[in-house]
Amino acid sequence: MKETWKELPIGAIIKEPGTSKRFETGDWRTERPVLDPEKCIHCMFCWIYCPDSSIKVEDGKMEGFLYEYCKGCGICAEMCPTKAITMVREEV
Amino acid sequence: MKVVAKTANEAMAEAMRQINPDVVAAYPITPATEIVQIFSSFVHDGLVDTEFIAVESEHSAMSACIGAAAAGARVMTSTSSQGLALMDEVLYIAAALRLPIVICEINRALSAPINIHCDHSDTMNVRDSGWIQIYAEDSQEAYDSVIQAMKIAEEAFLPAMVTADGFILSHAMQRIDMLEDEEVQAFIGEHKSPYNLLDIDNPITIGPLDLQDYFFEHKRQEADAMMKAPKVIKKVADEFGQKFGRKYGLVEEYRLDDADYAIVVMGSTAGTAKDTVDLMREKGHKVGLLRIRVFRPFPAEEILNALKNVKVVGVMDRADGVNAFGGPVFMEVRAALYESEKKPDVYSFVYGLGGRDVKPVDIERVFQMIMEADKGKKIDRLNYIGVRE
Repeated sequence: MKETWKELPIGAIIKEPGTSKRFETGDWRTERPVLDPEKCIHCMFCWIYCPDSSIKVEDGKMEGFLYEYCKGCGICAEMCPTKAITMVREEV
Repeated sequence: MKVVAKTANEAMAEAMRQINPDVVAAYPITPATEIVQIFSSFVHDGLVDTEFIAVESEHSAMSACIGAAAAGARVMTSTSSQGLALMDEVLYIAAALRLPIVICEINRALSAPINIHCDHSDTMNVRDSGWIQIYAEDSQEAYDSVIQAMKIAEEAFLPAMVTADGFILSHAMQRIDMLEDEEVQAFIGEHKSPYNLLDIDNPITIGPLDLQDYFFEHKRQEADAMMKAPKVIKKVADEFGQKFGRKYGLVEEYRLDDADYAIVVMGSTAGTAKDTVDLMREKGHKVGLLRIRVFRPFPAEEILNALKNVKVVGVMDRADGVNAFGGPVFMEVRAALYESEKKPDVYSFVYGLGGRDVKPVDIERVFQMIMEADKGKKIDRLNYIGVRE
């Protein structure tokens, strides 16, 4: 439950530092990228182009997406040479 | 206490000197120029401890004031007309950040056509910016109100502007009872700040992005501060009255007790209007005057109470609503009176734009019109007084 107006600090200030870490911008997304691992050749095009550093890479392999920060722009799907990424509508 | 002769500009500059703010950031503009000009000489002469920032515009002036106030400084500035308009977007930020900044404002018409003389269009333009607005009737009140405003602002954590009519007050010499420097310091007390950007042990973020999930709560909080401000303003005025003998309220009633007809005014016109009321009383007319001193927060209850037994009210606006229902003060007074049992008729009288002189005969004309309206004559809801027809 978020604070009521009576509970918030005066003047809309934030009383502790570094709170933007807790701001998961992925909830702006209307479509999410989905990977087909069969088609992925780990070329890293998606990793290069992703504007939000939301491509998960482990040991040089593309392992999926950081949905906490992925805004669903679809650039990865657009750039993927093997069409291994498809955009799927987010349902509530 | 010492008696001196001062213009409102000089008196407000003296009030600033006695307050001794940490920071003043200002840009000169007629007819308020003298305030910061005189104050800057106080800085030069070492009479204050103020960091004076001569900025390149009023937008920068208010921005610098906000930065300094957020850093925990006691902050003041001064402006007028176009200068206040240029501050507009930053005024809202000062209020929403809840920073207790005080502006010594001199009322001057907004362009165009370009004009340097008095009307209230400049402060009416920012009436919903979240600033407390106090309209002085004379230089004494301008001086007293600046001192009170600093204390009010720091207790309510809201910015406040004290206004005086351009040239009519700003450049006219009047007799002023000045307080001693120590009395002013003792009255305003230690500076209070809602938070401090420079407190490195408790780092804070000021002005973060505030979207659909929090913005409304913060605005509601700001509204609440304004709703509680009348109590603070009255408390500070009472304390001032007890200590120094000059009493102020949110509104001032003049011969209203048994009045059938009343006019409502703000600023220096009240002086002329009081004389006119006296003249008309001598002729046997039951007339009175209500002067709104504090326009923001709007003293609806006091207005309702003061005018509840009056038959007809004429509200004199020194600013036009331009295609609104009437002048801005008229609209709010009329809205407040909608809650009265007797619901007096209320008419709008726009006057004095661009410094057009208002004489007792003009005010008498307003009284005559509302008295005729009471006898059944149809008059316009919106009237322009003193314009060549």
